[in-house]
Formats: sequence, structure tokens, C-alpha cells
Amino acid sequence: MTISKSIKRTDAREKIRGEAQYIGDMSFDNPLYLKTVRSTRPHAKILDIHLPDLPEGCFIIDKSHIPGKNRMRTVVSDHPILAEDEVLYIGQPILLVAGPSRELVYQISEKIRIDYEDLPAVFTLEESEKQNCVFTEYSFSKGEPDTAFAQAARIIEDEYRTGLQEHVYLEPQGMAAEVKDDTVFVYGSMQCPFYVEDALTEALGRPSDKIRVVQTTTGGAFGGKEEFPSLIACHTAIAALATHHPVFLIYDRDEDIICSTKRHPSIIRYKAGLDDNNRVTVLDIDLLYDAGAYCGLSPVVLQRGIFSATNVYNFHHLKVHGRNFRTHTVPSGAFRGFGAPQSIFGTEMLMHNIAVSLGLDPLEFKMKHILKQGDPSCTGGKIHDKVILPELVERALDLSDYRQKIQKKKKFAGVGISLFLHGCGFTGNGEQLIKGKIILRKSKDRVVLKISSVEMGQGADTVLRKIVAHTLDLPIEKVTCEIRDTGLVPDSGPTVASRTTMIVGGLLKTAADEMKSRWNEAEDFEISKVYHHPDFLTWDNDTFQGNAYPTYSWGVNVAEITIDPVTYDIHIEKVTGVYDVGRAIDERALRGQMEGGIAQGAGWATLEVMKSKEGKLVQHNLTDYKVPTSMDVPEITCDFIDNPYEFGPFGAKCAGELPMSGAPPAVVAAISNALGIPLKEIPVTPEMLMELERHED
Amino acid sequence: MKIEFILNGETQTIDVHPARRLLDILREDFHLTAVKEGCGEGECGACVVLMDGKAVNSCLIPAGYLEGKSILTPEGFKETPRGQILEEAFIEAGAVQCGFCTPGFIMAAESLLNENPNPTNAQIREGLSGNLCRCTGYQMIFKAVRLAIEKGEGLW
Repeated sequence: MTISKSIKRTDAREKIRGEAQYIGDMSFDNPLYLKTVRSTRPHAKILDIHLPDLPEGCFIIDKSHIPGKNRMRTVVSDHPILAEDEVLYIGQPILLVAGPSRELVYQISEKIRIDYEDLPAVFTLEESEKQNCVFTEYSFSKGEPDTAFAQAARIIEDEYRTGLQEHVYLEPQGMAAEVKDDTVFVYGSMQCPFYVEDALTEALGRPSDKIRVVQTTTGGAFGGKEEFPSLIACHTAIAALATHHPVFLIYDRDEDIICSTKRHPSIIRYKAGLDDNNRVTVLDIDLLYDAGAYCGLSPVVLQRGIFSATNVYNFHHLKVHGRNFRTHTVPSGAFRGFGAPQSIFGTEMLMHNIAVSLGLDPLEFKMKHILKQGDPSCTGGKIHDKVILPELVERALDLSDYRQKIQKKKKFAGVGISLFLHGCGFTGNGEQLIKGKIILRKSKDRVVLKISSVEMGQGADTVLRKIVAHTLDLPIEKVTCEIRDTGLVPDSGPTVASRTTMIVGGLLKTAADEMKSRWNEAEDFEISKVYHHPDFLTWDNDTFQGNAYPTYSWGVNVAEITIDPVTYDIHIEKVTGVYDVGRAIDERALRGQMEGGIAQGAGWATLEVMKSKEGKLVQHNLTDYKVPTSMDVPEITCDFIDNPYEFGPFGAKCAGELPMSGAPPAVVAAISNALGIPLKEIPVTPEMLMELERHED
Repeated sequence: MKIEFILNGETQTIDVHPARRLLDILREDFHLTAVKEGCGEGECGACVVLMDGKAVNSCLIPAGYLEGKSILTPEGFKETPRGQILEEAFIEAGAVQCGFCTPGFIMAAESLLNENPNPTNAQIREGLSGNLCRCTGYQMIFKAVRLAIEKGEGLW
């Protein structure tokens, strides 16, 4: 049996039957419920807080209850756990109300009055740029961009924009905490148990052996449960310590949308120099990402954004400049693709629009620029692995009948193609810093995986168990995962960056190979492994030179759309995706990632309008913020071409985030093709199209 | 107020505020936690139950409306022959990822097939349009429903 042949997901049955325990399904003796009191001002000084008389058994928790440091620990630890004297966005947590029922804490929170003195606020990227409110700034270059611009036959300048996106994991954020024998236990929906543990260590001022973080069944995450859960884990832990009760903090959807992190809105400016043969010889890319009120992990989001900005292309001369800006809006954070979907959208549409403006075929134009094995990446790191993008393109053209469809173009119907990649694993030296650890334990005829990588819907449990079971020739039932409890598992790193299968699965594969050769040594034994970065990869984090990623996964999407000639409603009829993810560990699980990613990408490109007005989100519930329903999703065809990666388990590379970057430029190129107008901004809405058509006329 | 209704085939009498949501009655009073709260405003379908055979969002049903009604939750449905067929079909098609929406989709699928045992693809899409899934892109859920129709020939 090949590894790719699909098996039944190991967690499907209990989820279907409603037996899986999400955080909201847990029960405690006499729990208290928490309600967060939030800032109603985008930027203000807190002058005074007026509290009502509290009924017995109710508590107010504020910054003074925080035993350790009042900062949520992440890449840049600037977000106070509870506000100090100043608030920087609407929705920022100030106080917690604890009490025996949800209704009661809600009533009390409504009676709390806060006096503010408003301070000047910045709401948009443009304003923030004018005032130079920069959090982080990076730049790098390749070749001799200035000379290349001087020699260019033609120069084209353009600007692209992408909007806010909310994750809408179906299970809202939630945590619970209790103190048992002087150990703080925190349970909840999360991607990164050890991020949460780190944050608690600092906020509680206690050692990690007095803290246990336990992941519960997680109802979707998409990056939204990467760093944000650390904040509410601190809230619950502080409240449990202050009240001596177990506490629950479960957000309803409105609260979740108002205060949780979102995808960074972006503006990306390009200046392209072309030679006489219409080849882009030099590109200047200036990326502006809206980080919101606090910096958090925006620096690493921006890094992936800038390192992905040349997409699948080899531009010989290059200048890249990226900045994160502060605005007084809800903080931006991790979201599937992590800064790459923005810059890939910009660059794909730039390439498309340049081709169309020169009367060239967009696909032929793009193919003239693609990276090949041995080429230097944008940061000068050699592309070591075989690049099979031309094969992916051919397969996608065949499956979608693209050539035929692009020639028989009708008004209000269009077809578009996108090429894209995703850098596998952490950016730069991230993997060397984290040094993921795993343990494989044999107990008689059973094997237990001890890892901190979580199942959050993506299929990690099935895939990781399968890697070990397949290697050891054991039935999958004999291979199980330990509960993700920081007291029981080693830190194999966070469940992010599409690193789980390739990096953690790779460690498990190595351990399983060793276990196989030592199987009869003893009834019970353990093997542990620590990540070692392949020696041929180089990276300089000061100059941004070398291999920003160990390897890449690649994809091609073809989108077919129609537009209602009266309402300009966009119907995405079909999306065809062909991918190189090395090798599928489980083809159906992989297909599930690709189909879900296409829907999420297509949603971001068209339906998912989220605007903020003077720091307040206009769409803050699922009535106003529309994500794709069963009526909106296109028919999807996916296919994969094997291109095994030497250092991945069974040849696997990364997969989960890759599809997020493909659908937006394919869909938007198709809309542009349907109407014959260039498009440079998402989400594309019917109103925007009508307006653009009017201008064209 | 006192309310008598049928829950998973058994008559129940409860004494609750008439505005209390059916979702809370199920989850908190009866500890039936297969129904989930995804939005609390009838948009996501994670809390779907059948009321007299039709799919409703339990977050939108106040207790006062329950008198004399028959409510079927995922717990009451899962061991039925149709429940078993849908369970196998959802597993086989790969229709489950994070699972938070899944019990609601199962109930919506039951309601759809109850009304129309042979839906077209367009009717499947329409029948499931009250339920949101953010993981799958829906393709494998459509496939699961088609598979259930095939496997459960004559059951609906």
C-alpha cells in the first residue's frame, strides 16, 4: 500500500456523533464565568472606572491581580493582558467580571462605567504612513536594481490592496482554568500549547512546572488560535488564581469577531522595469501591512510577506521594502498563509495586468519568468529541489480546458490562472531556534506519539499516526497520540507555518525507522528526536540572505467565473487546482485542505467584506460578515503530482497554507478577463465592478 | 413556566423562563452537548436539531415555543438506521475536519433527505445552505450526502 492511499480519519466518528469534547462541553464543580469589559474608544487615556456594588460570589479582576508581567508574551510582547492607563483599540480588554452565571456577569459588566480622555487616533494605513507610525521595517535587494531600472525599456508602476479577513473558525475562542495543588491548569481551543505556557509563565510569574496547558478538541483555527489564545489563557489563569474557583471564558461570535486578530490589510506598490523582449528584469516592491494597535507577531508575518513577494518568479534585479504600521484598530495576527497571500495576490495580479496591458497572453508572460531548479530565490538561496511548475501548469490546463475557454471568451464570463508557492516550515532560522522535539513510546504492541502539534481540524492526528503506523507496519489503531498537555508532551513547536507534516512528521518518521530496527530490544522503550536543520541550507537573519525556507510547495489554480450582467454578482463556477506538495501522506486529507483553502481564498477575494470605520468594525457578526456557504462555493477539482522531498517523511512537503494564496489571483484574473478591466484590490464586490465599468464607459 | 415537550422520543416537563433558548436547555439542562453554539443568531447551523421533523436552529427557539413539540438532537438520531448511514457516509467521504459544524450538518442532511429522498446536486447545496463549514469547502459534505443516498437506498 502506498502511503498516499486514504484512510478513515481517526477523529471523524466522535465528531459526527457529537461526542468530541470542545472547551464549551467541559464541566467543572462550581465554575465562575468570565465576561471581559472592553474599551469603547480607539485611543484614550483611562481616567476613572466606576464599579457597581457586587453581588456575593462575584469578582472584578483588573491589572492589579496579575502576579507577573502585564504583557502577553509573543514575538513582540507589547499587548497588555489587561489595559493599564491607556487603550489603543476598540475591544481592548480592561477588566474581567467573574460570577456564577453568564447572565449575572453580563449584567454587572453593563453597569461598569469608564471615563476616558480621547487621544488622537490613526485609522488607516495611508494615515499611518503619513505619520510614519512604523512598528517594523525590513529591506533587501538582489542584483543591481538601480542600473537595471536605468537600462529598462519600459517602466510600469502600480498599486494593489487587500482587505481584512476574519478566520471564522466555527468554534469561537474559549478557555477554562483551575488551580489544583498549586498548579495552574488551563484548558482550551488552541494551536500552540507551549506558546500558551510561555505566556502564562511570564504573566503569572511562576515556573513552567507549576503550569499545565491542555488542548481540548479544537473547532478550527486557521492561525486565529496561534497567538490570540495566549491572551485569554492569561485572563482565565489570573481569574482562577484571584477567585479560587475554576473559571470559563467562552466568547460569543460578536465578541470573538470584535476583539480577535485578523488578516493584515495591505497596500503593495510596484515599480517594474521591462526589457525590449517584454521581460521584467527588475522589480521594486514596497509592502505596507496594517498591524493594528499592537505589534505582536506582525514582524514575522511581514517577513513571510516580503520573502514571498516575488512568488514563483525569478526577477534578476530586485528591491524589496516592507513595513508594519500601527493603526488604532484591532490587532492583526496569524492567518493561514501568514502574510504571503497578500504579496502573492499583488504580484500575480501585477504580472497578469502587465501582460494584458501589453497585449500578451498572461500565462505565457508568467511562464517566461518562472524559477527553475538551481536558480537563486529572491534572497539568493539556491532552489535545491526539482521545480515541476511547468508540469503542474500543463495538468491544470488539461483538467480545466483552459486554452479552449480563454479563446472562446464571452462577455460576463471569464477564466483566470494563478501560479503560486508556499515556503515550507518556519521562515529563516525559525526551525533552528525552536528545535522541535518529539518522543515515540513503545508499550508492548502499541506506540504512543508524544508531540505538541495539535489536531485542529486539518487532520494532523491521522497524518502523523499514519506516518508512524506505516513505517512500523502497525494498524493505525495501535498508534495513538498523547493528549496535548504541556506536562505530558515535549515541545515539538507550534502548529503553524505548514510545518507539522514535514518537520514534526519528519522527526516521527526518523524515530519510527529507528524503533523498527530496535523493535525486539524491549517491551517498553522511548525514542526521542530533536530537529536538526539540513546543513546545506544557509540563512543570515541580519542581511536576509540565503534560504528563507528549506523548500517550497507549488500550485496552479484555474478559476472560471460568470458575472450577472444586471447585478454584477460574481459566481465562481469552477476552480481547478494542481499541486506539488512533495507527496501526499493521505490524499483525501490533503484534498480536504486544498478544497477548504480554495473556498477560504475565494471568500477573501470576493464575499468577505470587512471594513472598519474610525476603529470600529462595521461587520462584526455572521449576518454582516459573509463567508462562503454551500451555495457560494465553486465546483472544485484537485490533482497532485508527486515530487518527493528528500528531507520530508515519505517525501512530503507543506500543504495547509498553500491553497490560500492560489484562489484569490485566479478568481480576480477571471473577473478581469470577463469584464476586460484591470483589477487591483480585493475583495472585489459587485459595487466595485459597476463603478469600474462606469469609468470604462 | 412549565413546558411539556418530547425530547429524543421521551416526554419531558421543564420549568423554565419562556425566553430561554432551546440551545441552552439542551446543553445546560440536559447535558446534550452535540449541538454547538457557533454564532447564536441562526447563521451557522451548528446548533441544528429537528423540530417535528424539520431542521431548526436551536439558538433561535425560545422555550415558550416548545410546548407539545418533538425535538430530535444528534444524540437521539445517531443510533437510528439513517443516523448510522449518514455517519458512515460522512466518514467515507472525508466530510469531517474540525467537526464543530458536523452534528449540525448531519441533522440538516437528515431534514433534507426526509423532505426529498432524491435531491439533485443543486438541491443538496440549497438544503445545506443554512449550515456553515469553514474547513472543507463543502465538496466532501456534498459527496457524503450523495453517498448516504446510495448506501441508504429506501431508508428515506
